Amino acid sequence: MEMQPIKFYQTATFTVGNRLLGEHERSVQANMRRTNSLNSGHRACQGCGEALGARYAIDAAMRASSSQLAAVNATGCLEVFSTPYPETSWQIPWIHSLFGNAAAVASGVAAAMRVKGREEVRVIAQGGDGGTTDIGFGCLSGMFERNDDVLYICYDNEAYMNTGVQRSSATPPAARTATTAAVGPAPGNVFGTGKNVPLIAMAHGIPYVATASVANLRDLEFKVTKAMPIRGSRYIHIHVPCPLGWGSAPADTIKVARLAVESGLFPLFEAEHGEFVNSTKIRRKVPVDEYLCLQKRFAHLFAKPVDSTRIALIQAIADHNVKRFELLG
Amino acid sequence: MLKQTEGSHAVAEAIARCRPEVICAYPITPQTHIVEGLGEMVKTGELANCEFINVESEFAAMSVAIGASAAGARTYTATASQGLLFMAEAVYNAAGLGLPIVMTIGNRAIGAPINIWNDHSDSMSMRDAGWIQLYAETNQEALDLHVQAFRLAEELSCPVMVCVDGFILTHAYDRVDVPEQEQVDAYLPPFVPRQALDPAQPVSIGAMVGPEAFMEVRYLAHHKQLRALGLIPRLLDEFKLHFGRPSGGLLRTYRTEDADTIVVALGSVNGTIQEVVDEMRAEGSRIGSVSICSFRPFPLDAAREALGRAKRVVVIEKSLAVGLGGHLSDGVRKSLSGIVLNGYTVIAGLGGRPITRSSLHQLFRDAEQDELEQVTFLDLNADLVAYELAREAQARTSGPTAEAILRRVGTVASQIA
Repeated sequence: MEMQPIKFYQTATFTVGNRLLGEHERSVQANMRRTNSLNSGHRACQGCGEALGARYAIDAAMRASSSQLAAVNATGCLEVFSTPYPETSWQIPWIHSLFGNAAAVASGVAAAMRVKGREEVRVIAQGGDGGTTDIGFGCLSGMFERNDDVLYICYDNEAYMNTGVQRSSATPPAARTATTAAVGPAPGNVFGTGKNVPLIAMAHGIPYVATASVANLRDLEFKVTKAMPIRGSRYIHIHVPCPLGWGSAPADTIKVARLAVESGLFPLFEAEHGEFVNSTKIRRKVPVDEYLCLQKRFAHLFAKPVDSTRIALIQAIADHNVKRFELLG
Repeated sequence: MLKQTEGSHAVAEAIARCRPEVICAYPITPQTHIVEGLGEMVKTGELANCEFINVESEFAAMSVAIGASAAGARTYTATASQGLLFMAEAVYNAAGLGLPIVMTIGNRAIGAPINIWNDHSDSMSMRDAGWIQLYAETNQEALDLHVQAFRLAEELSCPVMVCVDGFILTHAYDRVDVPEQEQVDAYLPPFVPRQALDPAQPVSIGAMVGPEAFMEVRYLAHHKQLRALGLIPRLLDEFKLHFGRPSGGLLRTYRTEDADTIVVALGSVNGTIQEVVDEMRAEGSRIGSVSICSFRPFPLDAAREALGRAKRVVVIEKSLAVGLGGHLSDGVRKSLSGIVLNGYTVIAGLGGRPITRSSLHQLFRDAEQDELEQVTFLDLNADLVAYELAREAQARTSGPTAEAILRRVGTVASQIA
């Protein structure tokens, strides 16, 4: 009896009943012999989206690789909360080198495995949005361009949370961070052009690119499982709410992540060899207000008078995504 | 096998004989010919079982090297100058993680002003990064030190930089004895890593270490270098047995037995210094020289033994510790603690300025008379400096210094005419 009996709670129409599925379709986490690659006892905050995303991603990768896995970690929350030595939560070979070089270190590990005839050992690099979209961007692009045999996973919580919530290039417009204060005539982060790293990854033509969210863990597991056997560079960008940095309730992590998806602000899609393949459809599109109002980082938008102009700009971004990524069935 | 070849090609051949498994390359003058040579050898299959990776920056080069070494592969890269600075964070990291990577530095100046010629500013900037630093005097030694470097790195689990003077050695054609594969195989056993990423035995590498243990970890890095002080001479002896020639070691003395004046330097300039020593010996001077091969670890005891009976020590530095003087002098003075003698620091050859026999001859004559300043800049154009200082004093908006100096100097062609 490997499969744990799952208690099934139905919340509206969004929960997929795990116990209703065939065993082979069930979540990796439903299996009592899951690897617990990132095991309990680590020091992530309550409601940490990154810890949740990493646990699901790495366990799925372990299953897909028959436990022949090594991981490279960029500096950041995930690294700090998982390895305050002598405690380590990692049950897999794991190395942390620097903030900006996880992709390159992983390229090196993959090269070593290849030259040593151990190609069954699969390599994952992982980092937050700062380590991926900002400081590690050069190494990431280099890894993509060479098509090195690495799956890179970005856990995007939309700011430098480990150093105290400073803005990154993944921080959304209007969001309050420690370096984009909610003061002045245009409080919060600027409305720039944004930096969509999944699309940039696609521009490299690498075999597989996907976005995922902790709101949809089965979809996340599916994408990791799909990415693992592919040789060459693969990129998965996972949206992971940060209660501390976003000012959301720890209990609302999944809800907030789901609203990001359902509003169209965080589209879930897959691409292969640079071509868009499909997107996960939105079942009930919600206005961005529902997502924004749960987070203190956007509280200034809803102070009196409500900043309807800039909320409309954010809504326009969501609407554009819905169209661009064909998010409505 | 004896060959008339370029320094870089000789180094590339030596590296190939060491059977590296992963080589990362990013081009920077004057290191390029080394990695070009290796890339070709991997492509033709002459260097088998080796991954050659063209990366997008020096930071990536060292990072790929870190990953490869941590996964248990014998790993090599090369860089110079700005490239070494660009990879600086990863250079420290490789040493902190105790990864036995070997890296060639084709020594070159650091800008601004940008300059591609030889001095030691680049490797000196990383002197405290935790890497062992060996300086080659000749092309033969450059080649031989790389073979020793892998032994040293892997026995200690510590990265090693082999510093080779840019252009002066890297681009010079010279006769070298390239070791045979069997010789190197007999000297350099296969790499058995102390730590490796392996699903069969999962370990976490690179954890955060707080005040409770950081001092001890750093001390052990120092201790590793102190052990290298004992290991380097042993590797030299063993090298002599296998290859029939001495190369490397902590330092080498040249005609120092009864010397009142001893000149100390790193790298290729020692050849010129030894010629001047011969000239001055012929004129009756009691002068000798010491070539320091191992700058990190610094051989304090060996230097004290070599220099302690002299009346004065002249340290020729191809780098400038701005606001202080020289880097090599620090170690030399520390080695002579408690001994009373005159010590002189001479900054020479910055940015490729030729260090000529005649200049050294005059310099050493002045030293013998104890007529040197504490810090001397060899062949500094004092008129040019005075001109620029006066010009800058005239107006607040005097513009960029280097460009003003160049305008004053004029074109190289005009100087030849």
